[in-house]
Amino acid sequence: MTDAAPQAADQAASDERDVLVDVRGLRKWFPVQQGFISNLMARGKTDYVYAVDGVDFVIRRGEVLGLAGESGSGKSTVGRLVLRLLEPTAGEVIIDGQDLGSLSKEQLRKTRKKMQVVFQDPLASLNPRMRIGEAIEHPAKIHMPDLSKEQRTRLVLEMLEAVGMNPPDFFYDKYPHQVSGGQRQRIVIARALITRPELIVADEPIAMADVSVQSLLLDLMIHLRDEFDLTYLFITHDLATTKYICDRIAIMYLGRIVEIGKLGEVFNSPQHPYTRALLSAVPVPDPKHRRTEPLPRGEIPNPVNPPMGCHFHPRCPIARDGVCNVDEPQLLPVGGGTDHAAACHLRTGNYTSYDPDRLRA
Amino acid sequence: MSNDTLYAIKDLSVEYATRQGNVRAVDAVDLDIRRGEILGLVGESGCGKSTLGKALMRMPPGKVVSGELLFDGTDLTKISDKQLRQIRGARIGMVFQDPMTSLNPIQKIVDHLTETIRTHQPKRSEADARLRAEEIVDRLGIRAERIDEYPHQFSGGMRQRIMISLALALRGDLVIADEPTTALDVIVEAQFLDLLRDLKNELGVTIVLITHNIGVVAEIADRVAVMYAGKLVELASVHDLFDSTKHPYSKGLLRSVPNIDLDGTDLYKMSGAPPNLLALPSGCSFHPRCPEVMDICSKVEPPFAPVEADGNHATACWLYQEQSVSVELRS
Repeated sequence: MTDAAPQAADQAASDERDVLVDVRGLRKWFPVQQGFISNLMARGKTDYVYAVDGVDFVIRRGEVLGLAGESGSGKSTVGRLVLRLLEPTAGEVIIDGQDLGSLSKEQLRKTRKKMQVVFQDPLASLNPRMRIGEAIEHPAKIHMPDLSKEQRTRLVLEMLEAVGMNPPDFFYDKYPHQVSGGQRQRIVIARALITRPELIVADEPIAMADVSVQSLLLDLMIHLRDEFDLTYLFITHDLATTKYICDRIAIMYLGRIVEIGKLGEVFNSPQHPYTRALLSAVPVPDPKHRRTEPLPRGEIPNPVNPPMGCHFHPRCPIARDGVCNVDEPQLLPVGGGTDHAAACHLRTGNYTSYDPDRLRA
Repeated sequence: MSNDTLYAIKDLSVEYATRQGNVRAVDAVDLDIRRGEILGLVGESGCGKSTLGKALMRMPPGKVVSGELLFDGTDLTKISDKQLRQIRGARIGMVFQDPMTSLNPIQKIVDHLTETIRTHQPKRSEADARLRAEEIVDRLGIRAERIDEYPHQFSGGMRQRIMISLALALRGDLVIADEPTTALDVIVEAQFLDLLRDLKNELGVTIVLITHNIGVVAEIADRVAVMYAGKLVELASVHDLFDSTKHPYSKGLLRSVPNIDLDGTDLYKMSGAPPNLLALPSGCSFHPRCPEVMDICSKVEPPFAPVEADGNHATACWLYQEQSVSVELRS
């Protein structure tokens, strides 16, 4: 995949605010672990899971970019690659002008102060034997060695207050199991914020919570973004929640971004057939709006052996034989928006002979 | 919709024994499940919806401490285990969230099905049971020849179809589905909901759909029961529940749900958290969080009573009980 297309689509608007995260041609292939016998039979030929297979996007400072897709789409892998918790197979992640791949271990450790992560399950992210105060203090010990113990404690209490854990003194000495699930996620967020990062990668941060808690956590994340000038990469399978927090959204399918743009543009005029299917499948909490559109057949295929051409073509209602099953579509501008791109041959006008009525169906 | 009741739950209470004492996870629930309907049972974690679902099959670990479970005229709390086995698995089936924990990984799909069939109908031959197995998976959109494969060879959505096929292998009347789509991706979830709707329409199967997902309920349920802290707080047709919500908890719950179709960008934020079942607030369990709380709410527990003359919409809230009391006084 060339870098030119999505960069061009992003270029116009990216002048408004400077770019904090610049991801170029990112790929991550995981070798498939095989048994001894099949290894012998394959004579050293390895299969790969093409988890991320050519992803480009930028996130501007202060922006929330949603990264949405189904399981196996590669969205979480992208999140880990952005933080360099995983080494990419190919491509670059440039944070604040620095290519993470070119940094030494020590430089990378220092850069990590600027980027933090919040995962889905706070109980798995917190050490059960560490008091809440200690857990939040931990990153400060590593990244802010100049602070005294008293200064760090004061900072922890400030963070607890910032995430709505009041009174902070009360929670400081508690253990994770003594607080509720929603509060645990607040602690994880407080810990992420103590080093004053610029970028937060939030991987399904509210997926475990009940509805009433989800809305509180979303509200907190929006509030903190303004208070701490944060930039989020918000990874989720739940399209409905992206509407409340994301400025732009990227939809992934089998390791590639199929559509990216301003949230309103993508949701109001989705261009890629997969985006359309995904949006129409979201259950709407209103019995007057039950879904009537037909669904694509089948499920997301195995990323070890993705379909040729456009990965979505075997399930696509408008796929054209000889086009969609042959060439890999590039992300190209669509819909007249400045910042809206889709990877669909039929939508981006490379193939003009398609029947527009079929698209409307 | 038919008013014919398939399953009448009367004054049902279910308790768990814990070190701190008995927890009443389901408290005096009255509920009629109508033949051929999809009844949504919603609430947040710990509200008792799954415990209630399991109690409908008298499944442990909850212990039914009082009440009646009148399934098609038979009180399941009064029959022997042997009689219960003839109903459980044959007439009432259950589908759980994670099909992989319900399927035996070293048993072929066909063996799951024939085992279920022949346990209940021992006179049936293996070949005959296999024919029924092929018929039912085919009905659920899985190619019959695939029943000789193992569960790990199936995708998540297909495994959930297998679970439904097990529940319906003996032409059951009632399927209790506990968060059946929670582990599924959104398109597969929608496919599965379509399947449930078809089963209801074509086979007349009654479905109790237990879920935390309000969108799923809005999509396919005919009626909805809302639970809070072990109690039923509202029961209504799906349209009445969404259009004329009565209980303040239901209102808060519905307004907290992200809606991809709405233009607004503000989500309602409910104050507080669900109570500890070992130390329930006095009166109405919801009163400490209720934005419309009145004096009586902390003192007396509101009865679960109809709010409309036809009796199809009921709630447990003093806001509506007071109105009916004052009406009685005037007349």
